[in-house]
Amino acid sequence: MKGLGYRKFKNYFFSSLCTVMTLCGLFFLAFILTDIIIHGINGVNIELFLKDPAPAGVEGGGLRNAFIGHLFITFFAVIMGVPAGILGGTFLAEYGRNSKFAKFISIFADIMVSVPAIIVGTFVYAIAVKPFGHFSGFAGSLALAIIMFPIVLRTTENMLSLIPWSLREAAFALGAPYYKVIFQVVYRGAKAGILTGVLLSLARVIGEAAPLLFTSFNNNFFSTDMKKPIASLTVTIFQYATGPYDTWHTQAWAAAFVITMTILAITITARYIIRGIEK
Amino acid sequence: MASSNIEKDFKSSSSRAFVGNYKSPALVDRFFHVLTAFCSFLIIAVIVGIIFVSLKESFPAISQFGFVKFIFSTKWDPVREIFGAGVPLFGTIVTTIIALVFSIPLSIGIAIFVTELAPQKIRGFIGGAIELLAAIPSIIYGMWGLFTLAPIMANYVEPFLQNSLGKLPIFNLLFSGTPIGIDLFTAGIILGIMIIPFSASIARDSILLTPQILKESTYALGTTHWEVIKDVILPYSKYGIFGGIVISLGRALGETMAVAFVLGNKNKLPTSLFDATTTVTVKLANEFTEADKDLYLSSLFYLVLLLFLMSFIILAISKYLIYKSKRAKI
Amino acid sequence: MKVLKFYLIAVMVLFGFSSAKAQETLNGAGATFPYPLYSSWAYEYQKETGVKLNYQSIGSGGGVRQIISRTVDFGASDDALKPEEIEKNNLLQWPQVIGGVVLAVNIPGIESEQLVLDSNTVCKIFLGDIKKWNDAHIKALNKSINLPDKEITVVYRSDGSGTTAVFTHYLAEACNEFKEKVGEGKSVNWPVGIGGKGNEGVSNYVKRTPYSIGYVEYTYAKQNNLAYTLLVNPTGSIVKPDLKSFSEAAKYGDYNPQKHFYTWVTNVKSKGAWPITAATNILVAKEKVDVNKKVVKFFDWAFSKKGDELAENLIYAPLPDSLKNKVREYWRKNGIQ
Repeated sequence: MKGLGYRKFKNYFFSSLCTVMTLCGLFFLAFILTDIIIHGINGVNIELFLKDPAPAGVEGGGLRNAFIGHLFITFFAVIMGVPAGILGGTFLAEYGRNSKFAKFISIFADIMVSVPAIIVGTFVYAIAVKPFGHFSGFAGSLALAIIMFPIVLRTTENMLSLIPWSLREAAFALGAPYYKVIFQVVYRGAKAGILTGVLLSLARVIGEAAPLLFTSFNNNFFSTDMKKPIASLTVTIFQYATGPYDTWHTQAWAAAFVITMTILAITITARYIIRGIEK
Repeated sequence: MASSNIEKDFKSSSSRAFVGNYKSPALVDRFFHVLTAFCSFLIIAVIVGIIFVSLKESFPAISQFGFVKFIFSTKWDPVREIFGAGVPLFGTIVTTIIALVFSIPLSIGIAIFVTELAPQKIRGFIGGAIELLAAIPSIIYGMWGLFTLAPIMANYVEPFLQNSLGKLPIFNLLFSGTPIGIDLFTAGIILGIMIIPFSASIARDSILLTPQILKESTYALGTTHWEVIKDVILPYSKYGIFGGIVISLGRALGETMAVAFVLGNKNKLPTSLFDATTTVTVKLANEFTEADKDLYLSSLFYLVLLLFLMSFIILAISKYLIYKSKRAKI
Repeated sequence: MKVLKFYLIAVMVLFGFSSAKAQETLNGAGATFPYPLYSSWAYEYQKETGVKLNYQSIGSGGGVRQIISRTVDFGASDDALKPEEIEKNNLLQWPQVIGGVVLAVNIPGIESEQLVLDSNTVCKIFLGDIKKWNDAHIKALNKSINLPDKEITVVYRSDGSGTTAVFTHYLAEACNEFKEKVGEGKSVNWPVGIGGKGNEGVSNYVKRTPYSIGYVEYTYAKQNNLAYTLLVNPTGSIVKPDLKSFSEAAKYGDYNPQKHFYTWVTNVKSKGAWPITAATNILVAKEKVDVNKKVVKFFDWAFSKKGDELAENLIYAPLPDSLKNKVREYWRKNGIQ
């Protein structure tokens, strides 16, 4: 056959090309992760978690204020964003099942999942910082909550939609009102899925810095006062990595290491849960 | 007694009766219905809020500079209070283009590999590994870019490009300048690596939708594996693949931290790939807390508005493309 | 239901935690110029009094903006606000400490205080007219140094910077060409180079970019082992940056409390004066009397012997005693001491 050899060659060539592309992608992943581990492990010691920052340019000190601050900000973000997201997703999958309005909202929510985080930061600055006259941890949480909200909403909607309608019908047949059906049948069945959505949105916001830059600002001291500026790991990394001091660089890598490992842990846990559902 | 209870329940679910101090399920149901509807409505509230606030804050700049003049002006002078979005918009667009040029071949290659070529056992693993790229926060990409990638670019990659491709006619303009690694090119590459998982996973989902029967009938004609991919799978999934690319475009547009470290923050149109410049997001990150005059802050909000509209439109287009790809067509 | 209960309890606990009477914290923001010093003072002050002074170095532009919008308790700027601007925004301003801006270079083989530049060469470098290190103008001032045939990478401030204001004031005063082409201010249109954020960012870029030059506050060059240059000052003598040359230049400022201490001390015509010296200032909102009293307590502590000692360790020149007393009188007159 004329050209069969050529066609076979093309087949081999392009298939190898795709393999090479994949290897490139995996290479970058390995490169970045290894870099983070190598640089970060050096700086991770118990002092990092127990001490507060030393003055600029002075050796020593830790990032206790940033770890605690980040924890607080994330916690309040979850409190604000997750329930709203779950309830909203419930509406789209249940009460709003056949409404055009709900489809509309679903599309917009999907768009909002990818909205630039810095825009959310400027928005929250305008509504929660400027009018009150000071930066605050709560404003930072609000910004993160706005980012989490569409993600949780969409995953909840998707997960709830996976529950077959017949299960709900069976509950209705027993005379249960819709909200009871939701709580006792649908939520119970989609528990794992909703948790996955929450975990994924958490993994996303833990690493965000841009929305915190003009909301929770920063604080060189240990503080638990959310009504005032508070430190966060990501903003500290931004400050330290762009600075000139070597101690800052080491600490920035260490913080980056901790954040990345946490996010990877959360992401992999979420994947396990999904696999559990699909079984 | 049992039967009358059931009757009571049944009746009250469909009526608005409030029997004694037994809270009618209908009322609770109504309440929950409204609560959830309100929560989902918040999406609209946030979108409208962002547009409204940005419009309000940017109004002074809009009335001062207009629309066309602002977009094309490259002057950004806080001292003389003349602002123009030309340079950051150009920077955003060019970094995104570089990122796409870099990531598109990689993502499509990865998607094809994972769906068609890889041995069954490792498909899930490779797919998962690529998605881990999306889990790494963008500020970490930025740090890695500054400390690791920029020196490599400055010492090896950029000089190499200058000495090889840089000798050819158009490329010598693209690669001119002193390679210090803090430039457009490095920023574009980091962005490119970041957005690979977005287009790869959507391309993968789209490829998986190709009906088995289409592939098998083509194999029956004696085609090679690659020919099936090229002539059947890719054309079938083109909307989905394209949609994934557009989503990654939308992501790249809005990235801040990954590029803020390595872009050089120069408010001038870049003269080559190895020149520093700025983007809308980096400008906002650097200058937002310090805009000390009202017109300055207002111009920054004008940039926010433009960026939001750009991202919104791009993401809407991608949604449309993905929707089109899911409609069955045989 | 159990989830809800746990949730509510967790919220209440953390809420209580976070609203608990926090230790006194004062929030300030602004110039990166004095940041190493302010952070050192804050550290000591907290050890002595328990009061936390949270200072964010976001640039003088940021400091001015934040205090005008009253989102911080005090702002810091090396670029002193003109008296009209102070009145318009209902602020108070005073100088706190003196520092110098130096040119930091990264030329393999060249150490601190080796290279000599004058205002003419510096102007031309930052205008992009001098492109290489072995340019005739630079060679003329450095006959004994072997300058490399490499392109100069200029590093400037990408953010609104008082250091930029001081540096461009120095250049605009000294060269007409710079004044016309670029002008002066916290943020100008630099013709060439890359922008770093803060004194920290510029130091970082100079450190990692061979054959670069940037302008930074002296302490940053010292702390990060950046090689800084000597300068020829308006009297023709070659000066090196140190406490003596900074204090010498500072002597010639017109510190008038009526004008809220607005003055410049660059290009001072005295033999031992460093040509790019500046006093860095503190800004407070006039109406916030209680907060200002606390802020002033800190800065008065900084005027003490201990504060001076910490300043001199980091090569910032404390104000002469006469000026300190003028500032204290200013505080008393405005009811904040």
